[in-house]
Amino acid sequence: MAHEMIAASNAIVTLDVALPGIVWGWIITMNMWAKSIGTGIIFLAFYLLKKHPEQTGFIRFPVVAISIVFIHIFLFFTVIDLHQMFRFWHIFFYPHLTSAITIGAWMATGFVGMLLGMAYAIYMKKDEALYDKLLNYTVLLAVPVTLYTAGLMAQSTARELWQMPTESAQMILAALLAGSAMMILLGGNKFSDAVKKDLAIVLGLAAAASFILYMAELIFGPMKAEEVAAVLHYVKGGEYTIMFWIGQVMAFLLPMTLVCLSLKNQSYYLLKIAAVSALVGLWVSKHVWLVIPQLLPMS
Amino acid sequence: MQLGFLVDLRLCMGCKGCEIACKVENEVPLSTWRLRVKYVDVGAFPETKRTFTPLRCNHCANAPCERICPVSALHYLENGIVNIDKERCIGCAGCVMACPYGAIYIDPQTQTADKCTYCAHRVASSMMPSCVVACPVEANIFGDLDDPMSSISKYIQSHQGNVQVRKVEKGTDPHHFYVGGGNVTLNPLASVREEGHNLFNNITHLPVGGHH
Ligand code: SF4
Ligand code: SF4
Repeated sequence: MAHEMIAASNAIVTLDVALPGIVWGWIITMNMWAKSIGTGIIFLAFYLLKKHPEQTGFIRFPVVAISIVFIHIFLFFTVIDLHQMFRFWHIFFYPHLTSAITIGAWMATGFVGMLLGMAYAIYMKKDEALYDKLLNYTVLLAVPVTLYTAGLMAQSTARELWQMPTESAQMILAALLAGSAMMILLGGNKFSDAVKKDLAIVLGLAAAASFILYMAELIFGPMKAEEVAAVLHYVKGGEYTIMFWIGQVMAFLLPMTLVCLSLKNQSYYLLKIAAVSALVGLWVSKHVWLVIPQLLPMS
Repeated sequence: MQLGFLVDLRLCMGCKGCEIACKVENEVPLSTWRLRVKYVDVGAFPETKRTFTPLRCNHCANAPCERICPVSALHYLENGIVNIDKERCIGCAGCVMACPYGAIYIDPQTQTADKCTYCAHRVASSMMPSCVVACPVEANIFGDLDDPMSSISKYIQSHQGNVQVRKVEKGTDPHHFYVGGGNVTLNPLASVREEGHNLFNNITHLPVGGHH
């Protein structure tokens, strides 16, 4: 509609302030990417330890170590993005509970506590039963930690592109994609064929579902709102088009293809390439989706 | 009490007096703004027209910025003003992402969020916001929307059918109205922004909070 309006009115902004630059940039991309790995590997560990307990017992310590490292990368980038990072403690002392940021901070803190408990159980006490018990609660906490960013994006009322049901699905799928990819790289050839097949299926299905959601938004989003149409121009011939497609190919299309080939050829090598591609591509696709709504003038 | 603003765009002549008064009153740093007047030209030579639109925070009744703020740095005053506590703010920029009107910026000096407060400090002393005082044509009308006898309420009553708010579809319930507005003046997507070719400047993007 605005397009026709502009043609008819020939309306041109002739004097205005410059637009603000990107507010949430690559630091927030790092935040989302690292969090997907940190929670995703917990989802996968929970599944594998329930379904294949005999063949996957060795993952207990590396999984908790990887999750701790990536959750701390997530926390590090969260804090350094604050313009007043030394006031971070305000979230705990002046919490505003309508904010997804507050909920996320509290949940992430609980999640880190549980991870440290699991590390203590397996590393210090060598108690697998305790570890598995703690994992049951940790996996529950991993859900809101994964989802809170979707809530935050939904609360970003200015950014019409980010809609709540879609973003929450994308966050869970990103965690499954990153978690399975990391698990594939972690397991090496120590996993049995059945475990490898399960991981391949999770990776392939998460990639397929995520790709379908992106494509659905790309095609149908503009039909719902003028603002979404304007934002999506940046990936439909605009300045982020190439980066968008690099992300889609690396995160979803290539892993899907390689997963199919690896299942057919029983090749774990192809699966590892799919895992690396998915992890790199996830960063790129998250980054594009984060940045493009910020390019639009709001007023 | 529910304070609100109304700008009669038919009266505004784009002198930017309000913009300057706001800058001075609130010590708004360089390359940031709480209130600005945007010029949009319409038509083709020789039949052209220049429009002027003062843009500031709408003090929404359902403010996304207040909702997203994790530490309640953005909060409601009893008179309906959405105020900011800069000592409380952690600079997460959630509010910048949430405000559909681009009304919040990160102050490069304090590294905290800032925006128009309807001059809450002046209002507390029974003074008008400084932009209202500065306007030579009284295009800015400020007052209590809960009082049907206030000047803003009377203005709304007498201009029924020609009172607009920005982005009504966002459900923010703005307490900032325009008379004589239209798509070109109130919808940022209804005009072309040719970056780097605006009058008087060729700076296209501002650093957020003073750093990239
Ligand atoms: S206009 Fe923006 S900054 Fe002002 S109250 Fe509404 S959402 Fe908040
Ligand atoms: S930048 Fe400050 S005012 Fe804005 S949401 Fe974050 S803490 Fe609240």
